[in-house]
Amino acid sequence: MGRTARVLDGSAIERSLARIAHEILERNKGPRGIALVGIQTRGVPLARRLAQKLGAIEPPAPPVGVLDINLYRDDLSRIAEHPVLRATEIPFELDEATVVLVDDVLYTGRTVRAALDALMDLGRPRVIQLAVLVDRGHRELPVRADFVGKNLPTSPAERVDVRLAETDRGEDEVVIVQETGA
Amino acid sequence: MKLASPHLLGIEPLTASEIGLILDTAEGFAGIAAREIKKVPTLRGKTVVNFFIEPSTRTRSSFELAEKRLSADALNFSTSTSSLVKGETLLDTLRNLEAMSPDFIVIRHSEAGAPHFLARHGHTSIVNAGDGAHEHPTQALLDAFTIRRRKGRLAGLKVAIVGDILHSRVARSNLFLLRTMGADVVLCGPPTLLPRGLERLGARVSHRMDEAIEGADVVMMLRIQLERMQGGFFPTLREYASSYGLDASRLARAAADAIVMHPGPINRGVEIMGDVADGSASVILDQVKNGVAVRMAVLYLLAGGEREAAAPER
Repeated sequence: MGRTARVLDGSAIERSLARIAHEILERNKGPRGIALVGIQTRGVPLARRLAQKLGAIEPPAPPVGVLDINLYRDDLSRIAEHPVLRATEIPFELDEATVVLVDDVLYTGRTVRAALDALMDLGRPRVIQLAVLVDRGHRELPVRADFVGKNLPTSPAERVDVRLAETDRGEDEVVIVQETGA
Repeated sequence: MKLASPHLLGIEPLTASEIGLILDTAEGFAGIAAREIKKVPTLRGKTVVNFFIEPSTRTRSSFELAEKRLSADALNFSTSTSSLVKGETLLDTLRNLEAMSPDFIVIRHSEAGAPHFLARHGHTSIVNAGDGAHEHPTQALLDAFTIRRRKGRLAGLKVAIVGDILHSRVARSNLFLLRTMGADVVLCGPPTLLPRGLERLGARVSHRMDEAIEGADVVMMLRIQLERMQGGFFPTLREYASSYGLDASRLARAAADAIVMHPGPINRGVEIMGDVADGSASVILDQVKNGVAVRMAVLYLLAGGEREAAAPER
């Protein structure tokens, strides 16, 4: 673990999410048919917070689903330790829904690729959009986000950590960690 | 968190946290059976040989379904199609199977230790699907998964296992698992079918069924193998049924919310009466359903590659 620098604090995260909520409603012309799907692990609390903000701006609040993408990863045969599976729960009809996928960090795009495949196996949404708190660049696949909290230019030797009250102890923040020896 | 061994040869060597990992992982697979597309691409390109040198329909089908739902390619060898009947040794068969580069061999064999032999002499991940009277690890795991889903825990539960303990790999694997996870196990059967020394493995032993199932949270009945009749282990089936068969009045001695389990296939009217097998306490069909999720979890966890972990995407 090397030096860390905080790039977003709790109130900056909340402001970003509030702006994204407005953008989602603007893009989709209101809340009709919108459903959020958070990617495990930190996309889930972000999706819940977004749903709450969407409901406050223009009720009703959209339903929130939870997606674990591990079974769809493209690197399963390369990693020594298979990740622990978490729940996938989509408590609404996916067919014809406007799904907003929510994740904390967009990096190579491989997680989003896996999430798209996983969603397609569960149903046929009318449209899928992508919301991320941080876009750090360095894409390896042709993937882009529709809604971005903060664009963060990084080097591959750095790591972006999103810490949320729901999943991590302590307060909300986004930090860049300089990986030593990288 | 991963399993220490690349093989699943038995429950005995597993730690409580490894068992917990398999059961937790199985939760992630349990929902797949309810989907319209009951398949995930996780083991795409992997090959599994199901090598069954002993009749088995449900275990083999369950493994095959688990493999197919993980997108692995399954190849079935059974007694009738195997060269073992033509006199090939187990080692030669192993070499021939490995020449086809499978990633897993799932083996059912009438000899205890056959899976261990393959693990020692080969370089493929071996899954024991039942070896002689030794172990049947995936059965114990699916039983534990079924109990945990119904009762919310394993530790502190009272589990009565009743029937032919002597010949039962299911009983052995369940005993190891339940003791490791902190459950209280009572083994019950006629003296001829209860080997000595079970107390050393942490179980209580009883020859009286009424006493064994008193207050039990789980009543696990074992199949009486009718071919054992020739061995003189008990006088008649009728007498066995009256002493060790589970009927509604006996079940009333167990806890009010007790569940009834059986690894199948059941002998109605022998070790379990039809009304109990079909009754509300019975989770026998849940066991069958959960077997697929548990076997998917085992294959998933064993399939982690040998290379170093890739950097997590952050």
